[in-house]
Amino acid sequence: MSGPLQHVLIITRLTFREARRRSLIWIGLVLGALFVAVFAVGFYFAYKDFTRASSAGFNSTVALQFYSFFLMAGLYVINFLVVMVTVLTVVGTISGEIGTNTIHAIAAKPLRRWEIVLGKWLGHAIMLAIYAVLLASGVIAAVYLISGYLPPNALLGIAILVLESLVALSVTLLGSTIFSTLANGVMAFMLYGLAFVGGWVEQIGSLLDSQAAVDIGIVSSLLMPSEALWRFAAAQMQNGGLMAQITSPFSAISRPTPAFVAYAGVYIVGTLIAAMLVFRQRDF
Amino acid sequence: MTNAAIETFELRKVYGEDKVAVEGLTLQVERGEVFGFLGPNGAGKTTSVKMLLGLVSPTAGDALLLGRPISDPRARVGVGFLPEHFRFHEWLRATEFLDLHGQLYGMSKAERAERIPHLIEQVGLRESAQKPLSTFSKGMLQRIGLAMALLPRPALVFLDEPTSGLDPFGRLLVRDVIRAASAEGTTVFLNSHLLSEVEVTCTRVAFIRHGVVIRAGTIDELSAGLVRVRLRLGALPDGLLADLAGWGENVERINEREVSLTLPDEEHLPDLNAWLVGQGVPVYAMAPQQLSLEQLFVQIMDGEQREGDAA
Repeated sequence: MSGPLQHVLIITRLTFREARRRSLIWIGLVLGALFVAVFAVGFYFAYKDFTRASSAGFNSTVALQFYSFFLMAGLYVINFLVVMVTVLTVVGTISGEIGTNTIHAIAAKPLRRWEIVLGKWLGHAIMLAIYAVLLASGVIAAVYLISGYLPPNALLGIAILVLESLVALSVTLLGSTIFSTLANGVMAFMLYGLAFVGGWVEQIGSLLDSQAAVDIGIVSSLLMPSEALWRFAAAQMQNGGLMAQITSPFSAISRPTPAFVAYAGVYIVGTLIAAMLVFRQRDF
Repeated sequence: MTNAAIETFELRKVYGEDKVAVEGLTLQVERGEVFGFLGPNGAGKTTSVKMLLGLVSPTAGDALLLGRPISDPRARVGVGFLPEHFRFHEWLRATEFLDLHGQLYGMSKAERAERIPHLIEQVGLRESAQKPLSTFSKGMLQRIGLAMALLPRPALVFLDEPTSGLDPFGRLLVRDVIRAASAEGTTVFLNSHLLSEVEVTCTRVAFIRHGVVIRAGTIDELSAGLVRVRLRLGALPDGLLADLAGWGENVERINEREVSLTLPDEEHLPDLNAWLVGQGVPVYAMAPQQLSLEQLFVQIMDGEQREGDAA
């Protein structure tokens, strides 16, 4: 009998191959490149108009805030896209195989159930991490090449976006071991919505000094850390300018701490282990 | 360590609070046998197979596959399986599909390279070896599934309804494949509704109902003594069929002059003939024959049903 690592890697390669054969990789890359191109063209023309106007009186601080705002807008969309793509690609990865009985031929082999779950997680994690890194570094590179502006802590920010994707991956994979594909999709998007609304409630509560509202935001972040991770990444990649101080998708009025990032790591490991345990008990 | 290929001890599966799928399966299949697992719909056949292969967790009881407990994944090393609802990763080509499953069986690259072309040839899919499974018909998918099940030269193979999607040529092919596997020493566990298939391929069968083995043995052992007799009479007077039920079981009217029934043994034939003549019913022909597996199935299941009703 071959070892657990070999089994995990077989399932990981199968996940890659499925993504390639179903054209997920090509669609993701082509549309991702299109997104970066549209962003770059938009920024280029905005930059040209801005520099023309700035020669009439804007100072360099305002220029930096403009670049930062534009970049954060692009990264905010990427944050959203990464979570959506993660949920849509992972939502049926196990429930779909159970629903179609494809799992029978796989799970009857001499391998442990957790090896299937970990193999799928690893395959998706690698693909989604590459996707998030390419998109985020694409818009950062576009802004840098056009304007010379590089956000602070860019690598950390990108790493946090990857972590956000892994959070969405792990919780959706767990759902895929419990629910049908449709129910899991509803669950994953509702959790994301909860985290999204919770994040806004926390920001507004922080602005108004409402502890109850802040607490609601914290609880929602603990349930689904995606939005809070985005705010952490956004805070890291801004210079504390105006946009970071007002209530916006990029605001950092109530900043998650580094301990929260550690919590997100625990959350990923915990949901992944839960997925393995649940799948071990499943009958199909 | 036991020498049996399969041993189960009061294996039981209950879904939810009280939906009993398998009441308590106790069974032994010796190595090298071609074993038929028979029962009506809902008898617990597929659930039993799934428990043995780790797809369904037993509620109680235990079982050994090739001497190892079924809770140990190593019990499935060298165990092939063709599922009843064969659905595979249809975006894979036939050879890629077999290569994937060869890897999951732990076969080396050299073993896979040697075995896959041979099996593709054996199941008659040489022309389609490089085509994606999404282009395969139901019968072709069943053939490739059969090749998958036989990939590791299994010591034990479970075939769950292996001919359900096949035409008569495909069924003959499956029959040949089973015989070839058996000749190589593979134990075959065949779960099929097609009793004619089971009859010609299996060395031993078990009849189950509600997940309990009612009878097990060779077909000759199970039908010992029983005779199915076809009577050709001058006429079928009113009440004759009811009277014949006193002589044997499964009385069946074939047409207005012919009737068949199962007698406990051949010794009853002269008495039955004398009785019919005594009743004024001319007997033109009396043709005894050994019970087919299908007749045996009906006989055993009917008998079990009556015992259950009486209890």
